[in-house]
Amino acid sequence: MHMNPRRLLRGLALVSALALGATACGGSDDSGSSSKPVSAKDVDAALKKGGNLTVWAWEPTLKQVAADFEKEHPAVHVNLVNAGTGNDQYKALQNAISAKKGVPDVAQIEYYALGQYALTKGLDDLTPYGADKLASKYSPGPLNAVKAGTKNIYALPMDSGPMALFYNKKVFDKYKIKVPTTWDEYLTAARALHKADPKAYIANDTGDAGETTSLLWQAGSRPYKVDGTKVTINFSDAGAKKYTAVWQKLLDEKLLAPISGWTDDWYKGLGDGTIATLATGAWMPANFATGVKGASGDWRAAPLPAWTAGDKASAENGGSSLALPTLGKNKELAYAFAEYANAGKGVQTRLKAGAFPATTADLQSSTFQNTEFPYFGGQKANKIFADSAANVASDWSYLPYQVYANSIFNDTVGKAYVSGTKLTAGLQSWQDASVKYGNEQGFTVQK
Amino acid sequence: MSGSVTTVSQPARPSAGSSGAVPRLRKPRRHSPGRPRRSVLLTVLTGLILLYSLVPLVWLVISATKTQEGLAHSFGLWFNGDFALWDNIKETFTYNDGVFSRWLLNTVLYVALGAGGATLLAVLGGYALAKFDFPGKRAVFAVVIGAVAVPGTALAVPTFLMFSKMGLTDTPWAVIIPSLISPFGLYLMWVFATEAVPAELMEAARIDGAGELRTFFQVVLPLLAPGIVTVSLFTMVATWNNYFLPLIMLKDPDWYPLTLGLNSWNAQAATAGGTPVFHLVITGSLITILPLIAAFLLLQKYWQSGLAAGSVKE
Repeated sequence: MHMNPRRLLRGLALVSALALGATACGGSDDSGSSSKPVSAKDVDAALKKGGNLTVWAWEPTLKQVAADFEKEHPAVHVNLVNAGTGNDQYKALQNAISAKKGVPDVAQIEYYALGQYALTKGLDDLTPYGADKLASKYSPGPLNAVKAGTKNIYALPMDSGPMALFYNKKVFDKYKIKVPTTWDEYLTAARALHKADPKAYIANDTGDAGETTSLLWQAGSRPYKVDGTKVTINFSDAGAKKYTAVWQKLLDEKLLAPISGWTDDWYKGLGDGTIATLATGAWMPANFATGVKGASGDWRAAPLPAWTAGDKASAENGGSSLALPTLGKNKELAYAFAEYANAGKGVQTRLKAGAFPATTADLQSSTFQNTEFPYFGGQKANKIFADSAANVASDWSYLPYQVYANSIFNDTVGKAYVSGTKLTAGLQSWQDASVKYGNEQGFTVQK
Repeated sequence: MSGSVTTVSQPARPSAGSSGAVPRLRKPRRHSPGRPRRSVLLTVLTGLILLYSLVPLVWLVISATKTQEGLAHSFGLWFNGDFALWDNIKETFTYNDGVFSRWLLNTVLYVALGAGGATLLAVLGGYALAKFDFPGKRAVFAVVIGAVAVPGTALAVPTFLMFSKMGLTDTPWAVIIPSLISPFGLYLMWVFATEAVPAELMEAARIDGAGELRTFFQVVLPLLAPGIVTVSLFTMVATWNNYFLPLIMLKDPDWYPLTLGLNSWNAQAATAGGTPVFHLVITGSLITILPLIAAFLLLQKYWQSGLAAGSVKE
């Protein structure tokens, strides 16, 4: 779901694959997509008739969901394939689409990457299947993401990542530092902590496109505006200025640990208190429980610090959906599975296994909100997460080629982390490179 | 006469080391091919490179003895209190319903058919190119040299598109067939066969009435043995370590080789809701490289002579 920066570097390989894919795709038309409504009857008939269904997903909780789905519909066989996490799978999917062979019936796609497939007609519009009726079930962030800027719904949200601030209470208590409620307080806390223990940092950050775009989102910046193939990219609005002002200071004063997320060093830092906070999506607790077992009881969740005191605006970080690639087969079965997993019984199965919901009913349910997290010392953290989910501004959009854009993040913005380049200059060069690439790909991109 | 020669050969060179102005005769150096002169600089450099190559290996062995928790809380290059190597090995083979054994067998299959086939083709082709004259030989030479220069990674995506049309993707053949081609192996075999098989010997075999096949199998093949071992080691290492080709060809984890399998375990750490299993990735990596180390040690004397082939002009 969440990408690590090293993984993003591998996007370079993806670019070559995409370039080839684009040429191979040139001759294809969109004959695969139909706008005829698919009735519930059609779906039932297909389920009775049965068949094989290929699902590409790396989400671990889907294993049980697939087994349950097969139990309920004995004629259906679900072939759940882990074709790689994130970029690896997109590469494989793009290759399969280019070759027009071996395309899965259902594919897990992260929200940030959806636009890329939706716009190139790689995914079926799910409104004829009745997805528009499910729309009201989902919280604003994920719903907006699967809409990909238009009325069409291209995927069913699987989980969501409303952001929160996870902090190591033990460290904060030890140095008597107040848990920050604004990003200015966060900066103060960062200074105090690093002064008290030069080995400890408020957070780790070596440049992570997902994290930066999420914080821009929260700060009210809307760098990407997408209207069909007309795209505007602008990293100099007021929200972006708020973000760069604080982050530049964190960088200048070397208050961020030079450790990349999802590495063994990162897990180590989360465990031994040298990384004291983590501003990330609400799916993180499951990773804490399995990856940082040793620090059980040390951590707590808090609302994401605000850019202006009292402001409750939040943002999404990570999260993914299930989509139906246009070239897949068994459409009715595919939709039935996606609906079962993301709107039906599968949701509960996945929640029990530690996934974080995208469905409002579950976010608001009292059982969910009153769940105590032993890892967080019995804290009812879901209340904070649900609150965050409700406060996600829903007018954010990613680029229709965000996978590529994120892959060049470290070459542009990343420079601010390793040299004297200012963050604003880094964002500027990210903007320029993204504009250039978009225009080369046939978009009309403006600054 | 002899005195003047000495002065000519020993001009008074200003040297930092010599303090006295007395001209000295050069000491006769004990220097023979049997006892090479020791150079401190070279010894230190070789030592550094040895260290550079061995440290990751040492780290791997040490880390394989630690638990997932122990990995995070101990110094990388020394042992932790808990010695968990046997548990780790056991867990590596049982995790996810023992899928690791399946990956190991897959890798063995790809190596046996892929690298074995590549070696066979390289030997046959190299011998033919070295010892027979036919029209177009120069063109073949150009193609082979050109092919050596093209990295396999660059061909992977076009190969994928082609295989996909043939319906071969997501089958073991998608990994085995491209592995059969080893331009470098062919070139090495070609050079080796040119040097190692005297034309006179083949001539003699023919005069004695041996057919081409018999000449090849009974006369030529034994002579080529060191080259064959070298090429098979190269192709074996290449196939055993192959990552990118299976990555784009295979989707079904049941057909993964070890490289992809270990990567998928590693990726669990970067997945929301995934369980980091760094200790299994490390132990699995150690188990993965053991067969290669064993192969190199066992076949040492062959590949050393094979590697040196063609380095001296006779």
